[in-house]
Amino acid sequence: MVDGLVMRYADKTAVDGLSLTVESGSITAVLGPNGAGKTTTLETCEGYRRPQGGSVRVLGLDPVRDRRELLPRIGVMLQGQGAWSGVKAEEMLRHVARLHANPLPVGELVERLSLHECGRTPYRRLSGGQQQRLGLAMALVGRPELVFVDEPTAGMDPAARRTTWELLRELRDSGVTVVLTTHYLEEAERLADRVHIIDKGRMVASGTTEELTRGSSATVRLVVDRELSDDAEAALRVAVGGWSSDHGIGLESIDFASRTLEDVFLEVTGRGLEEETHD
Amino acid sequence: MTDLTPRPGAAPLGRQILAQASMESRLMLRNGEQLLIAVVIPVIVLIGCVTGGKHLHLHESRPLVDIFTPGVLALAIMSTAFTSLAIATGFERRYGVIKRLGASPLPRIGLLAGKVLALVIVELLQLVVIGAVGVALGWSPTVCLAGIVGFVLACVLGTAAFASLGLFVAGVLRAEATLAAANLIYLLLLAGGAVVLPASSYGAFGHVTKVLPSGALGEAVRRAFDDGRIDWAGLGIMLAWAVVGSVLTARTFRWE
Repeated sequence: MVDGLVMRYADKTAVDGLSLTVESGSITAVLGPNGAGKTTTLETCEGYRRPQGGSVRVLGLDPVRDRRELLPRIGVMLQGQGAWSGVKAEEMLRHVARLHANPLPVGELVERLSLHECGRTPYRRLSGGQQQRLGLAMALVGRPELVFVDEPTAGMDPAARRTTWELLRELRDSGVTVVLTTHYLEEAERLADRVHIIDKGRMVASGTTEELTRGSSATVRLVVDRELSDDAEAALRVAVGGWSSDHGIGLESIDFASRTLEDVFLEVTGRGLEEETHD
Repeated sequence: MTDLTPRPGAAPLGRQILAQASMESRLMLRNGEQLLIAVVIPVIVLIGCVTGGKHLHLHESRPLVDIFTPGVLALAIMSTAFTSLAIATGFERRYGVIKRLGASPLPRIGLLAGKVLALVIVELLQLVVIGAVGVALGWSPTVCLAGIVGFVLACVLGTAAFASLGLFVAGVLRAEATLAAANLIYLLLLAGGAVVLPASSYGAFGHVTKVLPSGALGEAVRRAFDDGRIDWAGLGIMLAWAVVGSVLTARTFRWE
């Protein structure tokens, strides 16, 4: 799909000989820190930029030369804004739907992504998360066979993030190919069938989540069935330390992390919210 | 559960253009500042000139409303095709609308056609409102085929000239700078561009105003309604401005 792509801005090389292929009907995550070249790569696939080196083919088409043929077949969620400042969310979505031949029922998308809460508020006064959800809806409304979503859940609260993940999984299960960029490790891990990690415009790792995480046996994870008291934790440290010195193995680190802050937040807000909406 | 199976496809181009035009004209008419410039200011100018113009000592034997109504119609075209379009497009760039629509099935030519159609819709509305106010004030235009053709041509070429210049401004400046520049140029042309007042009322400066797009549009509309003639010279000047504006826009316009 992308072969040896090179993109430069002035004297800075944003993408440096990147090659990657996306399997149809799967979710592929392009993971990397900010400034890694994710958006540049995506926008080249969408035909916004012409490759300065290498070649790009999307659904067998040249995104720049065959743009008119390609655009109706893909859905694009851009980073940042993308609607008139005075337009209402549902009005904007209906407009984009009208540009397509067989759009999804707008009402259902509005419902799924809770866009009705935007009501008559003009776009410029929507929250970042609301603008993101509208952006996602605009990418999906044309029933594309391939969607590019750039940092889809940036600025979303955990509940909206989960809804988005569910929707993207459903898309894949319906036969849509999903390509997303993200700098959230967790998003890539939970969502993607395949992950490409890029840094400074180069591919640094690539594979299924399992392949990438299985990898080496240098990381050992221990899960216990209860909260550990301070004494028990100290005893475990001593035991592990003794085992490592007995075997001549150095310890890089021992973590006693229970759960991430996001897990906690979801439990106290996200799940609660969802139960309410299911009633 | 929503059925998400792919069924991609673009709507027919005509339908896309209609959707775009209806959206843009609705947004334009809903925006208070745009409406002020498109309808309210021209109507105030017309009423003000006709009621207050008696004290201006213009060397005109005709009723003032016959002089000013065509001028205000020209002003309305200028306000919509230049000022409103420039401001709207400037903010479209700022909010990423043009980039977003660039990823939709709507081609650039469709976007441009949608914009032109939206301008025409707003201009027709302006024509009806200002014409009605003019008639209420006693306007009696010369109505004949040549005059109507002259007016339509003036509208088309005037819109083309001002729209291309408006897109040029919106394409090179930031949104706020576009807002300021488009309003300033509008006011300058309103006061000194021979759009509402005939070129003859500017003395020697009238020779300059004749080659301005505002003066050419004003004269062409006045010729059409006063004498029922087609003002070929004015149309030629507007065509030249449209070419200049289009070339400038094509060379400089950035979609993002």
